[in-house]
Order: sequence, then structure tokens, then C-alpha cells
Amino acid sequence: MSADTEEAAALTGLDNLENVPRDGGRSTGEIGGRVWRALWPKVLAVAIVLGVWELVYLLNVKPHDILPGPGQVFPDLWHQLTHGQLWQAIGTTLRRAVIGFALALVIGSLVGLVVARVPPVRAAVGSMITGLQTIPSVVWIPFAIILFGNNTPAILFMVIITAAPSIANGLIAGVDFTPPLLLRAGKSMGLRRFALYRDLIMPAALPPFVAGLKQGWAFAWHGLFAGELLVIVPNSPSIGVLLSSDQDQTDMVGVISIMIVILVLGVAVDIAFNMLNESIRRRRGLAQPPAIGRGWRLGTGAAR
Amino acid sequence: MSTTDQRTLNGQAPPAASPGPAGQDVAPAIQITDVTKTFGKGRGATVALDGVSLSVAPGEFVCLIGASGCGKSTLLSLVAGLEAPTSGTVSTGGRPVAFMFQEPALFPWFTAAQNVGLPLRANGVGRRERHQRVQELLESVHLGGFADKRPHELSGGMRQRVALARALAQDAEVLLMDEPFGALDAMTRDLLHELLEGIWRRQGFSVLFVTHEVREAVRLGDRVVLLSSRPGRVLQEFGIDAARPRGIDSGQTVERAMQIKARLNEEVMRHVG
Repeated sequence: MSADTEEAAALTGLDNLENVPRDGGRSTGEIGGRVWRALWPKVLAVAIVLGVWELVYLLNVKPHDILPGPGQVFPDLWHQLTHGQLWQAIGTTLRRAVIGFALALVIGSLVGLVVARVPPVRAAVGSMITGLQTIPSVVWIPFAIILFGNNTPAILFMVIITAAPSIANGLIAGVDFTPPLLLRAGKSMGLRRFALYRDLIMPAALPPFVAGLKQGWAFAWHGLFAGELLVIVPNSPSIGVLLSSDQDQTDMVGVISIMIVILVLGVAVDIAFNMLNESIRRRRGLAQPPAIGRGWRLGTGAAR
Repeated sequence: MSTTDQRTLNGQAPPAASPGPAGQDVAPAIQITDVTKTFGKGRGATVALDGVSLSVAPGEFVCLIGASGCGKSTLLSLVAGLEAPTSGTVSTGGRPVAFMFQEPALFPWFTAAQNVGLPLRANGVGRRERHQRVQELLESVHLGGFADKRPHELSGGMRQRVALARALAQDAEVLLMDEPFGALDAMTRDLLHELLEGIWRRQGFSVLFVTHEVREAVRLGDRVVLLSSRPGRVLQEFGIDAARPRGIDSGQTVERAMQIKARLNEEVMRHVG
């Protein structure tokens, strides 16, 4: 058996040679630097936008009550955040977004799965799903109001009908992109039916599925505000309601404040999706070890 | 391995349609009878395999070699049941079959241990027993300490060892290998030859091993089967009776490989005109 242990030792030696630690020491002092490197381009970009805005304001392109400057908008936003109904409105809107998106997730996934795996169904409705995506979200408004009335379900419907097609398409793409070699391997080792889905097809479909979720969320965000602006639900302050009441009062300061809130919420969700995506990629060895604030990097943080 | 001598006696004989080497009383582990495989239809059809007959005895290690386009890999797919022959029969007599590919084909979302445990889980082996079996299997390929690593954290050779452990987890009596070490560097490959040979001798399953490296075939096989190209037919069989373990660079191996290579070259030159 000495030949055997010799072979084991040689293999271990080779293994040790090949497995150089990937990320060279990451000290705590370096993290501060990384955060700064990731952050400064964003800070700079925001500063430039604010600067241009202030400049336009100072140039008096439009009267100041029609086009207010940052100096009026941010105090108003702060005031709304500390006094008004804004938090309640954000709560209402996000609750609708989450419930609607969750329903879209269930419906989109089920439809996607059936379409992906049942050829006649795919032939029948496969291209219709993409067709649905091309319908602008406001076009659904009359349909939703007639079907559900001026009510929360009409707004949820807007979220679902805009998000579900993207989610379904993401899942279909994912199932289609299961690597054939892995499929062969899986079948040759006895993966069937449920196990085949659980261990192979679903995990393989995950990255395109997450891409579909992200796109679905973007559409849902459109559908949600189309709904909140046009479907007037009584006694239910939402971001859309605040926005349209500001419009009614020609309160541009208020309008811009609310738009900033919508922008920040949208960016926050986008970052969350990117983090999810990145963590999947990292687990599968498709990405480098993370630099903080990926996606916005300007090439500085890439090389250690 | 008491039947080694009988098998190699038959080495040079062209394959008969009747099953198995002469004088063998056990049913073959793999019986391929007059198999033809055609891809496509009508005028554009390609004949990948044409009247191939081959049998592999239980515990026998048979290497298939041939130039490109000889249908080696197709033959393995047929034995694995991943494809069906156009005509003829392929049988393993109900023996379970495991397949190992040139690429490790590990699932990137699972750890090494989870990958090895997959066939066990598919067969309903309970969690505790599975855990123990997986650890034993990983240790048998000298990767006991890498259970929790994901495929991308392992080197090519290590991944292929995980794939071997996964194939062994199927407890198959027939192991099909499609150029499993083709993508590895020479040193790693030599070590994996030793590893595979050791496990094979201990466990006694049958191996059908496809390679385009004649020396690798001579290093590992009890028998080397040379296939012709387009269409694939069994051209000649060579018994290898050198004592194991053999060195891939030993005089005996090199000499036998030269003979086989000469025959292979003839076949390739036949296609020049």
C-alpha cells in the first residue's frame, strides 16, 4: 500500500501548489479606503446634478415658484419627513408594491414554468407573454378601473400585470439555459422529475430568473405609480396621492420632493437586486471577490 | 481478477457477433451487439457507428481509442442509455451504470460534498448515512478536507476527482469514462491513473474508457479496442497483459503503444485520399 500513500502525498502536494489563497490580506484599515473609493464617484455625481440644478434656478429660466431650487426643495422634504403624512404614504405604497410583486412572483413563476416545460403551451402563449410586456402600463388603467373600481385591488392588478410577464420570461429563459452537459450528467446519475428540478433546473435557472425579477420590479414600479396617480382610492394617502395633490395645488416644491423619494426608493431596491445577483455570481465562481459598491466602480477599486 | 489471462488470450481476435471472449462463463457486464447509430435522415445522414460488437467482462477495464469521428463518445452514450441505437442491441444486463465526462460537470451551486451526495440523495439514501458515505468517497479520492469547497474553488484535477467520487457514489457496476483526464496536465493525469486503478482493483467494477491517447489506453486497459473512423467499426483489439501498476513511460507501455499507434496511423492515412 506504500504506492497508494505515495500517490496520496503527491496529490496533496499538487493540491497545495494549486490552491493559492485568492484574496490577499484584507485589513480593516483598507475597508475605509475601499468605501471611499466606491463612494466618491457617486457623491461627485450627485453634487454635479445639484450644482446644475442650482445654476438653472439662479439663471431664472422659469419663475421660482414654477422651478424651485434645491434650497427650497430639501427643507420641504425634510419637513415632510418629520411632520407630514409622508411616512404613512411611503408605507401604503411600499405595501402595495410588495404585495403586488409577491403575487406577480407566484403567478409569473407558475405561468413561466408551465410555458417552459409544456411545448404546446409554449407554442400557444410563449410570444404573447413578450407581447404583454410591450403594452405601456397606463393602457391597463381603464381596464383595471372598470374591472375593480377605484380601489386597492385595481392598483395591485397594475403591479401584477406589469411585473408578471417579465418574471415568467426570466424563468423560461433560465430553464432554457440549463447547460446540456449538466443535464446529461444529472440524468446519468439518476436525477428524475422533482429532484431534477430541485437540484439542477431551478438552480441553473436562478441567474436569468433574478434578472427577470429585476426587470419585473422596474415594470411594477411604473405600473404602481400609474395606478396610484390615476386610480383614486379614497382615504388612503399614498405617494401617488401626495404627488397628485401637489399637482392640483401647483406645488412644484412638493412634487420634486416626492419625486426624490421615489428615486431614492427605486435606487435602494435596485441596489438590493444587484447585491442578490452578485452573491449568486460569487457563490458560483462567476465574479471576483467583491469590492464595496460594485456596479458603479470607475476602475479604481478593481486591482487591489 | 482471476479471469485476466482468459481475456487477454482473446486480445487480437476480431470481434464476433456472438457474445464475449471465448471460454468465459460469466455474463458480460456490457454486451454491444451489431450496433449501428445514424444521425440525421436521408441524404444528410451520418453513420457514426456501423455494426459494432463488443463485450466487456465483469471487472474488466477496456479502453476505446480511435481518431476523431469514430463514434467513441456515441458508443458510451448508447451504453449509458442516454441515446438509443438505430439498430442492434446494447445491454448491461440491468447493471447500474455511472458516467464520467471530460468536463467534471459538477453543479456549481453545490459544494464538493453536495455534488458527491447527489446520486445518493436521488436514490433516497438518508441524511446521516449519506454524510458518512460522502466523506468516505471524498477521502478515497484524497479530498477529505475539501468537502465544503465549491467547484470553482478547486483546481481542474481536484474537480475531476470530485466527479470520480460522484460517479463512485452511484455504486455502479459499470463505469463509463469519456476522456476523463484529457484536459489535465501530465503529472496530475499520471496520479489520477494510479488513483483510478487503485479504486478499480479494490472494487472490481467494469470500466469502458474512451481516450485518444494510445499510451493512456495501454497504461490502464486490460484490452484496447481500436475503432475505425466514419463509420465507426471495431478495427482491432489488443490485449495488454503487462503487470500492474504500469508506468505510462515504461518501455513495455511505450512499445505496445507504438504498435497500436502504427495501426491507428494506417487508419488515419486511409482517409487522406
